[in-house]
Amino acid sequence: MTQPAPAGIVRPKGLRHRLMRILLFAVLGTFCLYYLLPLFIMMATSLKSLDEIRTGTLVSLPRQITFDAWLKAWGSACVGVRCDGLKPYMWNSVLMVVPAVAISTALGAVNGYALTKWRFPGANTIFALMLFGAFIPFQVVLLPMARTLGVLGLAGSVTGLILVHTVYGLAFTTLFFRNFFMGVSDGIVQAAKIDGAGFFGIFSQIVLPMALPAIVVTVIWQFTQIWNDFLFGVAFTVGDSNPVTVALNNVVNTSTGVKEYNVDMAAAIIAGLPTLLVYVLAGKYFVRGLAAGAVKG
Amino acid sequence: MASIRLDKVWKKFGTTEVIKGIDMSIREGEFIVLVGPSGCGKSTLLNLIAGLETLSGGEIFIGSDLVNDIPPKDRDIAMVFQSYALYPTKSVRDNMNFGMVTRHVPQSEQTVALAEVAGLLHIETLLDRKPGQLSGGQRQRVAMGRALVRKPAVFLFDEPLSNLDAKLRIEMRTEIKRLHQRLGKTIVYVTHDQIEAMTLASRIAVMDNGHIRQFGSPEDIYERPVDLFVAGFVGSPSMNLFKGRVVEQSGLRLQVDDPAGAVHFPIPRNLHDAARPYLGRELILGLRPEAMVREGAHRPGSETFSFDRTIDVVEPTGPDTLLVFTLGGIEAIGRVDPQDKISVGTKFRFDVDMGRAKMFDPVTGLHLASVH
Amino acid sequence: MSQAAKRGLAARRILERQLPKIVVSPLFAASLFFVYGFIAWTVYISFTRSGVLPSYTLDGLSQYIRLWATPRWQVALSNLFIFCTLFITLCTVIGVLLAILLDQRIRIEGVIRTVYLYPMALSFIVTGTAWKWILNPGLGIERLMHSLGFANFHFDWLVNPQMAIYTVVIAGVWQSSGYVMALFLAGLRSVDDEIIKAAAIDGAGPLRTYASVVLPIMRPVFLSSFIILAHLAIKSFDLVVALTGGGPGYATDMPATFMYSFAFQRSELGTAAASAVMMLATILAVIVPYLYSELRGASK
Repeated sequence: MTQPAPAGIVRPKGLRHRLMRILLFAVLGTFCLYYLLPLFIMMATSLKSLDEIRTGTLVSLPRQITFDAWLKAWGSACVGVRCDGLKPYMWNSVLMVVPAVAISTALGAVNGYALTKWRFPGANTIFALMLFGAFIPFQVVLLPMARTLGVLGLAGSVTGLILVHTVYGLAFTTLFFRNFFMGVSDGIVQAAKIDGAGFFGIFSQIVLPMALPAIVVTVIWQFTQIWNDFLFGVAFTVGDSNPVTVALNNVVNTSTGVKEYNVDMAAAIIAGLPTLLVYVLAGKYFVRGLAAGAVKG
Repeated sequence: MASIRLDKVWKKFGTTEVIKGIDMSIREGEFIVLVGPSGCGKSTLLNLIAGLETLSGGEIFIGSDLVNDIPPKDRDIAMVFQSYALYPTKSVRDNMNFGMVTRHVPQSEQTVALAEVAGLLHIETLLDRKPGQLSGGQRQRVAMGRALVRKPAVFLFDEPLSNLDAKLRIEMRTEIKRLHQRLGKTIVYVTHDQIEAMTLASRIAVMDNGHIRQFGSPEDIYERPVDLFVAGFVGSPSMNLFKGRVVEQSGLRLQVDDPAGAVHFPIPRNLHDAARPYLGRELILGLRPEAMVREGAHRPGSETFSFDRTIDVVEPTGPDTLLVFTLGGIEAIGRVDPQDKISVGTKFRFDVDMGRAKMFDPVTGLHLASVH
Repeated sequence: MSQAAKRGLAARRILERQLPKIVVSPLFAASLFFVYGFIAWTVYISFTRSGVLPSYTLDGLSQYIRLWATPRWQVALSNLFIFCTLFITLCTVIGVLLAILLDQRIRIEGVIRTVYLYPMALSFIVTGTAWKWILNPGLGIERLMHSLGFANFHFDWLVNPQMAIYTVVIAGVWQSSGYVMALFLAGLRSVDDEIIKAAAIDGAGPLRTYASVVLPIMRPVFLSSFIILAHLAIKSFDLVVALTGGGPGYATDMPATFMYSFAFQRSELGTAAASAVMMLATILAVIVPYLYSELRGASK
């Protein structure tokens, strides 16, 4: 997103212009509030005590800031029958997301490279067929996947989820890298071939270093998608192997005892913190991923 | 039709000054070309006249109206853009009509105006097509048609031919000139191509770094450049600029040192008075390639001077042949008749018409005005 | 060079030439198995009598007949229709509006853009927690309005079977409209400046410039954002689970939650498979024509 509309055009100045400008900012500001409201409520509520929640309103700021809810959400809230907080499930998510992102990105890079820079007959068809995997509603593979994981002895395990995310992430990572490599001149590869480099030599020494932006975009995209995944998590894991999104949903929907909204909110923020941080720190690349992966959703 | 007057016009983008106090007076019906290297501010100046940029200082008048705060649509102007800027989703007809529709021109007048302009530009058959279905040259015509159809007082052209191939560019150049002769409207035309500037303009403004270096007829610009910048910018190949020392040697001469032996150019008589104060100091001699020809090719009677040089490179262009040689540390170019048979590495004797030589002060870069 | 060495070299050359295919094949095979193989399996199962356990005896269209006779499926479909229509319309309107407003040289554009887009970075399981609370009649907006003195303010959509689906729409639009804004903003920025200048000279004000010149150029963006939104809508799962859990009752069920529930909670594999196939068919109907024209356009 580079240049806004040309600004210099001489337009009629005066009251009407200034009113329009005020209106413009009013609308933009209102939408800012709309988008920020849930985050604000989560934050404010998580820092309140239960008493304050009962007496205050939705949008009131905490009078007395307390981190009790955060501590409980992290270490002792009940997820189903187990009361160790989100900590073990965060760990599950990390154990799932790191290998799944690394493997799917690496495979996507090699695949995209092979399909664009070593175009063999049928490469385009293979790409189109693989890309299709990015569009399917995953419901259509849930049942056979559950059975396959069972056969492989991976049912209900984090390893099983890694496999699932790698397999279904491949379509996206291949798409990202293919799009990037399409923009890299074939001449570079040809020159390297003449210089005597082979398939992997060109990949590791020439193409991969150039692809750093694509790697960043892909890693961020995959990280966000896999961390936020709920469907595969809820379908293929049970109890102790739940990723944090599933655990969070269980915390929020635990109906026993007093409803501790502050703990729910703290748990939600904890579960969302990794992707939120990535978004704040590398938002530019996230947006690029959104544009490139416009197909997904 | 209208005149245009610029009075101490400034434009800043943030802290960068792009136009630095330009004064300019354009008469009704003139064809003005703004020319200069990229980044010199010529397009910005055009945008300021159009109202597509807001002035940082100064005043612009179109006709007798101060237009500083008048939006582009009320300035009675039309513009042709470098990218043509045709509306891709509208047909050619709607592209040309759009300006009249927004101004609520009655349908019947629109039809008449459109038919007239379409006929003038020979685009009658294209009216129902979309811009995407047109060739580059056709798009160019439609862009001009869109400007013409409203019969504005002033036409603004922003490098309109730079996206065309060479042959088409020359055709359209002629066409634009013909249109100007026929319609007699005021035109301000931006280009970086000095041939376009020379062929089209009634007056050229040579711009550099936010200033106008010289504003005059094509002949003025070519024959009487006011400084080294204009001298070097206009003409292709550009003027040879030899640095030398003024010496007294059977009259005032400019001594240009060279490993192959110095050359002593006699300083033209009309510049003697101006050059005399420089005796013993440096001056720059400007000679256009066509001022250096084979010995004996000049008409007799002019201030002819001859010298020999070894030819390094021979570049036939067709109508003439360019000879490259080294003198005074620069690669100089002479333009000779293709009939002159020359081989590389041999000596060649040039005749120089010193009557057409220019002299410049090496410090200020200014032309040594001839003293009458 | 010895004969053997020559042969070795030749073999290496052949290997080198085949290397790209050797690298791609296992990945392609995985995709064939996990995508096409699994789809085939699901389709097959949808034509069997499978219940708790898969059965491989074909049984014609019986599962589809059962599916379409299930009231819950009909609710899911009509919800999907309501959701799709409102979600796509509202997201597009808000997205286009915000993109145009943000295109007016706003100094803090970067910050605003970040705010508009962050919901896309968070799982709805996370933000749904807040939404659930906001929309909760006892605790959320309703109580806030009461405490502000609007004693008669009534907002119980979340627990009202007739209205609950609209809360899903509100939250869905909240999550995805920023994305549409980003798509359109990128589109607006790619419009040639000179076209906007030409429109200014032609006498079009800002409103007419956008309506008559710029937005028509955005047609491909409208199309792709429609596709993306439709795709998002059909796959909506987290949104419903986090906000209503499909409830009250099954009032906010959508095909995605219907399928999950029949597959993993009620273990009616055949019906679940049939509903998954219906989802796939719907998405194909939207995506295939688009993809076809895209790929054809790209190869040109």
